This record gives sequence, structure tokens and C-alpha cells, in this order.
Amino acid sequence: MALNTQPVTINIGPHHPSTHGVFRMRVTFDGENIQDMEMVVGYLHRGTEKLAEERQYTQVITLTDRLDYVASMTNNQAFVLSCEQLLHMQVPERGMYLRVIAAELQRIASHLIGIGFFLQDLGAFATPVMYCFRERERILDLFEMLCGARVTVSYMRIGGVFADTPDDFWPAYRRLLDDLPNYIDELDRLLSTNEILLIRTKNVAILDPAQAINGSITGPVLRSTGVAWDLRKANPYDVYDRLKFDVPVGAVGDNYDRFAIRLAEIRQSLRMLQQCAIQIEPGPVRATMEMLFRPPPGEAYVPIESPKGELGFYLVSDGSIAPYRCHVRAPSYINLSLLKEMLVGWKLADMIVTFGSIDINMGEVDR
Amino acid sequence: MTTAVSGQDLADILRQRLPEAVVASDDVAVLVRVDSIVAVCSFLQGNPEQDFKLLNSITSVDYIDHFELVYRITSLDHNASAVLKLRVVGRDEPTVPSVSSVWAGANLQEREVYDLMGIHFSGHPNLKRVFLWEGFQGHPLRRDYLEPPLPYTWPQGG
Amino acid sequence: MEGALRDNTIFSSVYDFVLNHVVPDGWDGWEWAAYGIAAMSVIMLVVNSLFALTTWYTYFERRLLGRFQNRIGPNRAGPFGLLQPIADAIKLLTKEDTLPRASDRLIFNVAPVLMLATTFMIVAVIPFGEGSFLADLNIGILYISGVSSMAVIAILMAGWASANKYAMFGSMRAVAALISYEIPVVLSLLSVVILTGSMSLVDIVEGQSLPYLLVLPLAFLVFVVGISAELNRPPFDLAEAESEIIAGYHTEYSGMKFGIFQLAEFANVLLASAIITLIFLQGWRWAILPSHLWFLLKVFGTATLFIWIRATLPRLRIDQVLAFAWKFLLPLGLINVLAAAIEKLVWADPSNSELLLMATINWGVAIVAVAVFATAVNNGRHVPVHTVIAGVPPGVSSAEGVY
Repeated sequence: MALNTQPVTINIGPHHPSTHGVFRMRVTFDGENIQDMEMVVGYLHRGTEKLAEERQYTQVITLTDRLDYVASMTNNQAFVLSCEQLLHMQVPERGMYLRVIAAELQRIASHLIGIGFFLQDLGAFATPVMYCFRERERILDLFEMLCGARVTVSYMRIGGVFADTPDDFWPAYRRLLDDLPNYIDELDRLLSTNEILLIRTKNVAILDPAQAINGSITGPVLRSTGVAWDLRKANPYDVYDRLKFDVPVGAVGDNYDRFAIRLAEIRQSLRMLQQCAIQIEPGPVRATMEMLFRPPPGEAYVPIESPKGELGFYLVSDGSIAPYRCHVRAPSYINLSLLKEMLVGWKLADMIVTFGSIDINMGEVDR
Repeated sequence: MTTAVSGQDLADILRQRLPEAVVASDDVAVLVRVDSIVAVCSFLQGNPEQDFKLLNSITSVDYIDHFELVYRITSLDHNASAVLKLRVVGRDEPTVPSVSSVWAGANLQEREVYDLMGIHFSGHPNLKRVFLWEGFQGHPLRRDYLEPPLPYTWPQGG
Repeated sequence: MEGALRDNTIFSSVYDFVLNHVVPDGWDGWEWAAYGIAAMSVIMLVVNSLFALTTWYTYFERRLLGRFQNRIGPNRAGPFGLLQPIADAIKLLTKEDTLPRASDRLIFNVAPVLMLATTFMIVAVIPFGEGSFLADLNIGILYISGVSSMAVIAILMAGWASANKYAMFGSMRAVAALISYEIPVVLSLLSVVILTGSMSLVDIVEGQSLPYLLVLPLAFLVFVVGISAELNRPPFDLAEAESEIIAGYHTEYSGMKFGIFQLAEFANVLLASAIITLIFLQGWRWAILPSHLWFLLKVFGTATLFIWIRATLPRLRIDQVLAFAWKFLLPLGLINVLAAAIEKLVWADPSNSELLLMATINWGVAIVAVAVFATAVNNGRHVPVHTVIAGVPPGVSSAEGVY
């Protein structure tokens, strides 16, 4: 006996506890199965690219903080690298090491949020979030020592970083590096073999590697499908070519892999941080340059590996003090290209979890 | 290190297969004719020697007398990157063929270019505004965009 | 029944007071009035105690959850935050009572009332201590299962009357889960009834020389898991899955109606803990402490178990919840009933040593049954965790200097 059912279209968001910001989906359900999905974004569109055309290059750094507000160090890094390519400028060694330290700490913080909220979406009411935030607090304290701000840091400058580290930074840094591996092991023990987590996320929303590449997916989502593409290895910037680290790669490309790969990447970031602490030498942290500079006309694009994917700023200069065009290649926005293909055929409960596993940030999606 | 395939080398490769496609080339990029962009992209994506399977980004710049579209592509297996450019003249609904049939990732990026810069993509499956609402007038990233004087009322978006 | 109530000191003192001092002399036949007033006063006492206990249970839950999550929990309203439930109640009372325009008004208003009514009806048969109960039905267990099924109707009414697609989703899921879990729960209760020989709760408590937790472990397991699903507690809280459908069937309720739903839900948790205590943990027995206090401690201990599970586990999907009920709990419940029935046949009136023998057999059966069914249902999902760590991607060299 076949029941005569009717598909129903529901609007999820923009006010919703689980959409990682203001994100709206119009989903058509047949019972609990997803048949179609249309996403509506733009609720956080602030016109960053237009604003950047009216600000000096150094002032644009503060705009970049607020793109992916959960990982602002890497936003800064991408922008200043592009500016330095425009100016053909060399950065002092210590400045580059401090950048890498800040970027890897930020990667750990961003992945902790990704993991915590992934479990929140699964229903583990706030406990994993609180555990992840406990360690993130220590990283944010380190950021406060570095530049005075915890979230929207504006730490990096064109030519290096803002200032050298204060004296109490290195002891706190070493304490963090001693404590964090045990802590990640504890998270791993608690989460990775949890029966309910496995049953909810294994083999759900599998992404095929060829399809992912064709969909311009980058970052941990691409690596979880099995493609070992990491810009820190493929196209190194700053001092990544001097650091030894592995690139975790997933096997299946399901929700579970997208979660496990973030845990593995935190471990690799810890390795890099240990090496940076050993390799860093005293010296200047910032190249001297005039306050108000006019880059020669030209264009520049240096993509970096941000915690969400490939982030790059395409800068066009016409010789004035402000960029002529500043386009953000936003990984969170582009990683949503295949959201519909990933969701169709799965259930309502899987929808939120899959969306959370991509780990996007609305500040970057909408700019 | 990713080898950036220079514009001249890419132009040479393209001239062998699609002779009329190339307009000009420099160190960085190849300037492609608007009509042949889809053929060029299919060739570059499909041919195993080039194998530019990953579309990094589609950007647009408003150079007052023309619009420029910049396509960045990467080959993962060869670890090479290339840049294609298109020049579109005309400010009133300039149209360019869409490459979303070649790369699925072009879909959202072309919608963004249409929304903020006003370039239409023919053959795009779903060319709607993405950041701004349907009914918004104008394309804000254009250099000559002026906000209407207050007070103004917009038709509400959906 | 009536005899027991008359033995209650509060009842009898109020009865005597009304009959002797309130009703004027010379009026005859007013015993029914005295009876009514006395009964009402006992009921008021019990109901209000339940309310108070529930509200402070919510406070306890929030504090304990906070400790699990490395934070403090409410500690602002009053000393140690003890007045937090009162603050919540005042907040809910002062909120606007919304009514969606498209909703069916009568059903919308009746749904929370029905939910709370079922809770109160269950309270009537729960004995709180030695000889202390409102009514000792000789079909107590049957009555409880019957009345708790009415809560399903209340949830369905709430979801339907809200005229909200999210609410419909929530209530449909809740109904499916609740009716699926009725059967394993009733089966585990059935095994207890078989061993006791009576459905009355007082008899079950009195008849436990060894707590049934030890004698019937499978029944305990099935009951605890099944009742978690009936109560919509994590990991089965898909009816109000906050991260997916905001609040499920009570999305559209605000103010005290929402408060009533919350109250009913937490009161149900306490009542379920009370039932577990009575049936599996020997109720109020063991005479170190007074029976009421002992009962209260056991109830709160069991309720802590529910909070602990909530703090730890993520949520299951609806099809997994249903599969769990039908493919795992139901067979276990049946095995349990079979074992209990055979044992009752063999040892009609077991002494303590025979009870220990039964307990050993039952633990063996429980472990084997759980192991067998867990592997059978699992579909081999225990694939070892594999995230391959690769080195350098192909075609890439790693030391080429900075750009």
C-alpha cells in the first residue's frame, strides 16, 4: 500500500541555532528525505570588497579580520602576502616565523570550533563545545599577548607582523604546546570511537574526489575525499617549506572523515609549532617601509591554506594609495558549491550535520 | 612550488588547438576571445597534458572602458597554475558564456560576478542574485555605481 | 484503597477537623464534604511537592550539566542560584501568550494541560514511603503504562495545532518513537510482574528481598533505555532536537504553556526515576534512613543517571531510533520475559539463595543476549578509524624557497 504523500518545502534559517551564522536554506522534503535544496545567502553581506577600494592597504587589514571572524590571523596573512607580491618586498625571517606561529595557532583554534560545533549539531548538547573552547581560550590568551586582541586581531602588517613577542609569550606558548597534545588525545578518545557519532556520520554525504575538484572545493573538505592537495606543501609561502609536517588525507569523504581530518590537522599544526619555536631566531619582525606607499601598477594573488580552504586576495593596483580592486577568493563560499549534491537523498537530521561538517563561516561567505 | 604557466606558453599551447581563441598574452595571463572561452576551458580541463581540473576563482574587474574577467585554474597532478582573462566591452548587460558546464564550481562564482558587477553569463543554470536581493537595482562593485539618494524604498526581496 | 487513605495522618486530621469543627453541629450527612476537603488537601500537598521537586530538579540538572561542561551553571539568582527556578517561573508567567493565527485554538490550549494531566495521574499510584501513597491500585503497572501513553496524544495535539511545519516534524518523530518504545518498556515491566505475581507497586516493593536490578538486569537495561526514549531525553530527544528543528512540537508555545510542557517533561523524568526506584531498586526499603528520605535519595540518584547520559551522548537519527527499538530492545525484552517466566515456573517462591542463583543466570543471559544482538544489528559499522596521513602530494617538491 503506497501512501499518497506530498513534498513539503521548509525554510531553514536565517535565524536558526545551527546554521553557523545567518544562512538560509529552502529545502524540499518528502517525509524526512531531502529532495531539493536551494541556499540563500547574503544576510551578512557588508560590501568588504567595495570598502577596500576606499581604504589604504594597511587599513584594509582591519577589514580582512572580519571576513572569517573565527580565523582572522590567516585572513590577515593572505592579504599581506598579496600586498608584498605587489610591492616585490622581502619579509624578515623572524617576521615570517611569527606569522606561521600565529597562523597555525589560529588553525588549531578554528578547527576546535569546527569540531565542537559539529558535535553540537549532532546533538551532544554543548559538552564538546565547552571542552574545545577551554583550549581555545588559551590560544586566544596567547593572541592577546601578541597583539592585544583576541578575535579580530589585525596582527600582521605589510612587511611582517605588528610587533615582536612580549617576554611572557614564550613560557605560555611552551606550556600550551606541552598540554595540548594530551588534550587532543583526550578529545580523540572521547569522540572518535563514540558509537553514536560513528553511526550518524559514517558513510553519510560522501563526496567523490573528482566531483570535489570539479566543484572547486579546497581545504579539509577536499583532503577528506582523498586528494592530497595542501597549499602549504604545494605552493609554500612564508617558512612552510622549512617545516616538516604531514598532510592528513581522508579515505572515504563522508562526514566522519571531514571531522577526523580536522583532529589530525590539529596534531600536525602542533608539530609545526614545536619546530617554529626551535627554529626562530631574534631579529627584526617587520620590513621598514614608508607609511603611505603607492605600489606600482600591477596585480597580485597569493593563495594560502586557511583553515577553511584556499584563501587568496586578488589585488589590482593602479599606483594609488588604495587598491583598485580587492577580490576575496572565499573558501567558505566556494565550498558551498556542492552542498546540494551532498544533501539530496539524505535525511533532515543529516542535513544540519553535513552542513556543519563543511565548516563554513558566514563572514567569509557573504563578505 | 607551483609552476605558474606563463601567458606566452599557454598561448602557444592554445594556438595549436584553437588558433582563433587567443587575442594576446603576457607574462601572467592569456587574453582569450569571449566566444571561445568555453572551448578553451574544456580543452584545458579535459586534455591530460594540461589537466587544469581545479578552477580556483573567477574574478571581475571594472576598468571603466571594459570589464575584465580573470579565471585562475590549477592542475593538481602537474602542480601548475594558469590565468585566463576575458575582456568584455559595453556596460549595458555585457554577456559572456558560462563555464559552469566545464567546472561545477563556476556556478556560485559566476552568480557573484553577475550580482556585484552585472556581467551576464549565458548558459548559466541559475543566474540569480546571490548576496543582494531580487529587485535590487544596480551592481555595486562597478566603479560608477552610485547609491540612490535617501529616502528610497526598495521592493522587498524574497 | 480508601482504607489506606484514611490511615494517612494528614487526611485523617483534616477529615476530623472539618467534620468536628467546621460543619455546624446538627448537620448530618456532611461526611462527603469532609472527605472531599481532606482528600483535596492531601492531593494538594503531593502535587505541590511534585512541582517544587521538579523545579529544583531543573536547577540541579543545569548545575550538573554545567559541571560536566567545565562551567558553573546558574549561580546568580539567590544563594548558589537556588532561586533560579523561581526566576524562571516568574519570567514565563510574565511573557506574552502567543497564539499562531492559523492554529486550532482549542487543541492548542488543551495540549499542555493534557500533558500535565497524565503526569498527575501517574503520581496518584506512586508510593513515596512506608504506607504513604494516594492510592494503591492492584493494577498499578497497567495503569501507569496506559496513562503514560496519553502523553503521546498530547504531543501530537501540540504539533498539529501549532500550524508550523517544524512542530509537525517534531511531533511526528516523537509519536513514532514513543509508540515504538512502549512495547520494550511494557515487556520489561512484565518480567517484573511475573516474578512478583502482582501489578501493584506497593507489592512489588515489598516483594523485593533482592533488588530486581540484580535479579533482572536485562529488564533494567531495557527499561532505562526505553524510558529515556519515552521521555524524549537525549540521546533520543529528536522530538525537540534543538539544533535541527529548533524546538519541535513546542516551538510555537510561549509563556506558561511552554512552562507547562517543560514542567511536564521534567516531572515525567522524576516519575520515571521513581518508577525505576520502586521496581528495580527496592523503593524505600532498608532502614538506615527514614523511608521517605531514602526514596528521595534513590530517585535523585536515578535522575542523575539521566542527566549524565544527556551530558555525554549525541543524538540518534529517527530511523536509527526506531531500528534500535524494534531490532534490539524488543528481542531483548522478549528474552527477558521468557527467562523470568521459566524461572518463576521452576522456583515459585524463591528464597534468597535461589534468588542469587536466578540473578547469576539472568546476568549471563543478559550479557550473551546483548552481545549477540549488538553484533547482529550493527551492520559491521565498526570500521576502524582511518584517516591516512600522507606526506607530500605527488608531483610536488617541498623545498623551493620563498617566492
